[in-house]
Parts: sequence; structure tokens; C-alpha cells
Amino acid sequence: MRSLVLGGALVGLIVLAALLSFLWTPYDPTLVDAALRLRGVDWAHWLGTDRFGRDVASQLMVGARTTLYVGLVAVGVAALVGTPLGLLAASGPRWLGELVARVNDLVLAFPALLLAIMLGAGFGASTGTAMIAIGVATVPSFARVARAAAMQVLTTEYVLAARSAGRRPLAISVRHVLPNVAGLLIVQSSVSFGIAVLAEAALSFLGLGTQPPTPSWGRMLQESQELLAVQPRLVVVPGVAIALAVLGFSLLGDGLRDRLDPRLKGVGDAGR
Amino acid sequence: MLAVDRLGVRAGELDLVTEVSFTVSAGERVGLIGESGSGKSLTATALLGLLPEELTASGSVRVAGVEHELVGAPERLLTKLRGSRLAMVFQEPMTALNPAMRVIDQVAEAREVHHPGRDRVLVEADALRLLEQVRLPEVATLARAYPHQLSGGQRQRVLLAMALANDPDVLVCDEPTTALDVTVQAQLLELILAGVAERGAALLFITHDLAVVATVCERVLVMYGGRVVEAGPVREVLTEPRHHYTRGLLDASDLESTDEHGRLHAIPGTVPAAGEFPSGCVFRTRCGRADEQCADLPPWTGVPDHGHACWHPVGGDS
Repeated sequence: MRSLVLGGALVGLIVLAALLSFLWTPYDPTLVDAALRLRGVDWAHWLGTDRFGRDVASQLMVGARTTLYVGLVAVGVAALVGTPLGLLAASGPRWLGELVARVNDLVLAFPALLLAIMLGAGFGASTGTAMIAIGVATVPSFARVARAAAMQVLTTEYVLAARSAGRRPLAISVRHVLPNVAGLLIVQSSVSFGIAVLAEAALSFLGLGTQPPTPSWGRMLQESQELLAVQPRLVVVPGVAIALAVLGFSLLGDGLRDRLDPRLKGVGDAGR
Repeated sequence: MLAVDRLGVRAGELDLVTEVSFTVSAGERVGLIGESGSGKSLTATALLGLLPEELTASGSVRVAGVEHELVGAPERLLTKLRGSRLAMVFQEPMTALNPAMRVIDQVAEAREVHHPGRDRVLVEADALRLLEQVRLPEVATLARAYPHQLSGGQRQRVLLAMALANDPDVLVCDEPTTALDVTVQAQLLELILAGVAERGAALLFITHDLAVVATVCERVLVMYGGRVVEAGPVREVLTEPRHHYTRGLLDASDLESTDEHGRLHAIPGTVPAAGEFPSGCVFRTRCGRADEQCADLPPWTGVPDHGHACWHPVGGDS
């Protein structure tokens, strides 16, 4: 319960900041002003300015947008591809299940960073390629969770009852299995979102993700790394933002698991 | 309506159900009794072609009006028959309903599967009518509820409504009342009887409760070790059993008679695990009357729907 509230609050804060940035930011986050270089924290610039004189608070807000955008698309891709794959692997013929499991292992064994570099080399480094790379690398975890959970649901008596009522396998997968594994997939989404946030920051830090001038937390880190000794604030601020985002999504996932995991379900229902 | 001939279920080399033969005509109610592990539920699952992948069925299952043999029939055909010609009510009302679906949707689905393209409003009306037929209390509210909001008896009513949704010719009930309170049991049995009577359906009723068999069924099959050991009209089998296993079951159910130590009667020993039944008569390891002759498989005495398989029948040979 506590992790649900704390995780929800952190995620909510980031979402709020991102939404607010569409309407208002203290300054234009891309506005370069040599006169305002490396200003410390004061009333005009809450988190100071970077070495180009850009307002850090504004960059942070717009960066939240990038972070959420990348996470949303990457997790969306992974869920949309991985879930049907997992369901198919669970309910289809045995060889198909094996095939999906092996391809999963293959993708998991392939370094995600290498994939990102390859995609970046092929299609040019951008937020888009970063999203796709993270999404592809996340597909296996969804396929696995979906397959394992679906296999469990497929042994239940209500699936047998549905079969005895003449339901076809596809209909059973969609109508009976999917709703009963959805909880676990939501948990997986939250956990994967945290990982995607970190991955996006890492790719942008390496120059494989979001390109200037679009603000991104990973690039804020990278642009300030030489100033670590002089102006640690410039590294600490985006670093803390990334850490809090990852923590928030992980906690949210944890909290949701307590709520939605069927193995823990029924504990609270008993008294009703 | 339903004709089963030498039905067998195997797991690899292991015989789980052997040579089960019986018929159920339209409107007839036949019971299948025996202890847990005697192969009752497997027989039922095999009838609907729902055996788990690792089990194989042999023999013959025929349903009136269906050209095709059901054992080994293509899945397409079975899918079409399940729920429309053959329907089943399961033992565990707590787990046989999808927890994530409103009950009316589940009943509607059971109806819709075999009436594709029917207007959604009509299907829901059908579902509501079916739920009224099984006398689900407060239908208007409970139909919109999720399974966990219903009691066991209410859920079993819903399952019955689903099984009856397409007016099946054959209804198989696998211990439908075992998990319920006695008071609820009687109501549900009445509903099942009314449901099959209205439709002229054949009923195969699996249970281990002899009192239930006596109320519900006209004929009864006694199963032990995956074999039918005795069959006949309920009145006869339950009053003058020929097989010692049936005798044992009856003695064990009689709560008024006790042995010399003042204890209730019980069949000595326990049901062996699958594959560990003796050769010859499957019951001989627990039978007081067993001798060397019982090491040979006793032949079936009588006609398929009325007879027994025992070398030394209770009451002597006749």
C-alpha cells in the first residue's frame, strides 16, 4: 500500500510536470543566453542555468515529457507485440510455444545497447530509434509474463468450462485468458516503464537517443559531465530526476502487484 | 441418446478407464457412482473430448443425430457439439466461472457461441431468462455481479444456466452438488431435474453420494478402478447389490449400522493410486470375499445396462 502511494505520487509528479510544460515553463528551455551562463540557484532560476545559460528547471520539465513519451511508446510497442505472442505461445501448439521461448531467449541475449547502436546507425540516432530499440528489447519480458500467466489460467476450471461450452481457442484466449492476466501485464508495464526511462537516459547520454535541442534528462547529464567538479548541481539535478522516475515506476509496479496479482487475490475478498 | 461402448482412457502405458459401456436414452437419468479416483470424472471428460493432451481415449462414444464417432473426432466437430448437444456442469462452482466476467456475460457467451450473429440485446434477454429459470435470486442485480459476489449455490445455478443455454441433448453433471450445503443441494437437484425434464435431455449424473443418486437417477453405474463393476436400476442396485464393492459403499453410507466394535462400516484400505490396481478383479485387494479365482478378470454377467462383474456375487449366483 505504501509503495503504491509513494510510487503513484512520484509518477504523478513527473506526469504533472510534463503536462504543465505544454502550457508553461519558467523560461524557454532552449533559449541560449551567454550572459546567464552557470547561474546558481536563485529566485529567477530555481535550479540555476547550464553552461549555455539555459534554465535548468525548464529543461527538466520539458525533459519529463521526453522521458514519458519514450517510455510510453516503448512499453506500448513491447506490450502490443509481446502480449499476443505470449498468449499464442501458451495456447497454441507446443512447437510454437517453444519457438517463441527460444526467440525470446535470443532477443534477451542480444545486448540492447548494440541493438540501439545498430538502429541508430541504420536510421539515424533520434528519439524514435531509441523508442523502437527499447521497445524491441522489452518485448521478451512481456511475452514471458504473458505466456507464464496464460499457461496458469489455461489450466483453470473456467477455461475447461468454456471449452465444454464449445468456445474456440482464440475466443478463450481473448475473452477468458487475457482479462485474467491483465493485472500482471499492468504490473509488468510499470516495471518496464522504469527500465525504459533509465534506458532512454542512457541512450541520450551516449548520443544515441534524443538529439539537441530537444531537452532530455540523459543529455542534460552528458552536457554537464565536465562540470561535475565545478557545478555538481548540473549533474545532480537530472540524475536525481532519473533516479526518482525509475524509483517511482518500480514502486508503482510493486504496489500494483500487491493489488493485482491473482496469487495474492482473494486474501482481501475473504471477509466480504 | 448417448451410447458409450468400451470407452477407455490411457496415460501412456497406464489404463485409467477400461471398457466402460453404457447407454442413456432421451429423458433418462443415469448415475455414475464410485469413490474418488475410480475414474468417474475422467469418463465424463472423455465423453466431451476434453481430456488433457497426455491422455488418449479409445472405444466409442456416439450421440444420437451425429453421424460421426466422437472418440478421435476432429476438434472442429467437437467444438460444435460441446455446449449445444453435449453440456457439462462442473464440480467446483468457485473456480468454474471466470472471475473477470459478469455472470450475465458468461451465460450470454454460452448462448452466443452456438447462435453467432444473434442480436446482442436478444442474447442478453436469453441469458436473463435462463438465469430466471435456474431461480437466481435478485436476478436483476446478481446478473450484473461478478462471480466472487455470489454464493456457491448461486454460482452453481449460473453454471447450470450456462450448461442448459442451448438445450443440450445430453447433460453431464460432475458432482455438481458436492461442494454445496445440503439445503442448497436439494434445490439445485430439483433445478437439474426440471431442466433435463423440460428438454427431454439425457442426464449422466456423477456423484459419490448414494442418497443423491437415489433421488435423481433411474439407473446407476458403479465404477471402481476405472471399470464399471455393477449396473442396474437404482432401486435394485441400492437394495440388492451384487458386487461386493457396491455392498461396501452401501454399508459405509448406512449411518445406523455399526460393526461389533460399535464403529461405522468402512471399506478396508484405500483406493490404490492409478496404475496400482490389481490384475483380475480390480476390487480384490480390498474385498473380503476374494480368492484365487479373483486373480482372473471376472466376466460381465447380464446385459450391458444391468449386470455385474464378480465371481462371487452377493446373494450367490442366480
